[in-house]
Amino acid sequence: MRLKKARGLGRTMHFPGRLFIVEGTDGSGKSTQIYLLKRWLEENGYPVFFTEWNSSELIKAANKKAKKKNLLTPTTFSLIHACDFADRYEKMMLPHLRAGYIVLADRYVYTAYARDMARGCDAEWVKNVYSFAVKPTVSFYFQTPLETSLERILGSRPQLKYHEAGLDLGLSTDPVESFKLFQGMIKNHYDSMVHEEHFTLIDATQSVEDQQNKVRSIVQSHLEDYQRPSHT
Amino acid sequence: MSAEDSGRADARFYGAGLPYLNNEEYTGKLIVIEGADCSGRSTQTTLLKRWLEYSGHAVADTGIKRSDLVSGVIDKAKNGNTLGKTTLSLLYATDFADQLENKILPALRAGFIVIADRYIFTMMVRDLVRGADREWLEELFGFALVPDVTFYLQMSPEVLLHRHFQKRGFLEHWESGMDLSLSTDVFESFNRYQTMCWQQFEELASDYNFVTLDGTRSVEDIQADLRTHVMQLIDAWL
Repeated sequence: MRLKKARGLGRTMHFPGRLFIVEGTDGSGKSTQIYLLKRWLEENGYPVFFTEWNSSELIKAANKKAKKKNLLTPTTFSLIHACDFADRYEKMMLPHLRAGYIVLADRYVYTAYARDMARGCDAEWVKNVYSFAVKPTVSFYFQTPLETSLERILGSRPQLKYHEAGLDLGLSTDPVESFKLFQGMIKNHYDSMVHEEHFTLIDATQSVEDQQNKVRSIVQSHLEDYQRPSHT
Repeated sequence: MSAEDSGRADARFYGAGLPYLNNEEYTGKLIVIEGADCSGRSTQTTLLKRWLEYSGHAVADTGIKRSDLVSGVIDKAKNGNTLGKTTLSLLYATDFADQLENKILPALRAGFIVIADRYIFTMMVRDLVRGADREWLEELFGFALVPDVTFYLQMSPEVLLHRHFQKRGFLEHWESGMDLSLSTDVFESFNRYQTMCWQQFEELASDYNFVTLDGTRSVEDIQADLRTHVMQLIDAWL
């Protein structure tokens, strides 16, 4: 007996809400942009739900513990982030989309694609893991030259964490050098996804205001036929 | 990426494999024992391990949900019943990947015989009856090494019912599939849930070439069968 595909995969799903997501390397300014977008939507009376990468309460503890102990392989690193995403997706994002909310996500499945591929996971395998997730209404990719984003992050002389610096990849034992190489790989993966994943490119070297105006006008164009749920 | 090219070609894995491991050699043997809860897996695993060690082989045993990476999260979530189905699938997959990479593969590299008390199939069955897409599951577990032999202790839901009573004295919530809302009656739910699991196991048994053993026979008879098969495996190996 073959069971019916009751759970289904995200690509074919329909819902009344909208999903806008931002992607980009660290230091691309995407978090600032999605924050400004959120403020604008809220001021205009839209029902907004915001979520960010790696923030599920349930998974947080396990994730922290595992990262501290450097217990993770590329596959378990990938899967534990998939757990975090799935938990937020099943509990919060999808229900809000189905209820007609405007969902904003700071990083989406493409962050996982880029990072996991950089760590050596099979590209098709990673995409399959996340295939339950719906395709966003718009995926904004804040594209920036590597030097610019590195300067923004490293200029403040941060304490780079082990996985954040990509030290687990063994590219370099120097955290700063490793971070540069890792970010370069991630940027290449993002750049190569632009067409296939239908990214909307935003030139992140422009002024904050110029970028935000562009983002708002694109979002606006996707809200023309939007109907807000009657009880919000 | 080169990872894509090299990973897919490795027939030792079910799917994508673990491309970053660069074709390591596994000189040991992987024996999997599958079957429903209360089908006698643990007893058979213990006896098989004892026998293999007596014969001079280094043996490592492993099960599912035994790594400390996420098992705490799984237990916490199951108690509060707060997890989505996909999240739970992925948590189990994380736990399995951790055991595979940190326990099973190192033991196989060192030439151990690894006995796995349950493998990816228990997780697949559990997810399939909960409506997961089979292709999604197969690709997800594509990082799993193909076992040298997979035994399936076959036991009908009617027999399992009594085994559960003997073991616990009652029908446990998850083993009765109460989260599926098949029936509000535990007895009815257990029968329907275990029947669904049984059907999925039967299907996987033929698709993945399990060695099916009648689990209702005596412990000694089943063990004798297991040993015969394992003996053949070892004879061909050493």
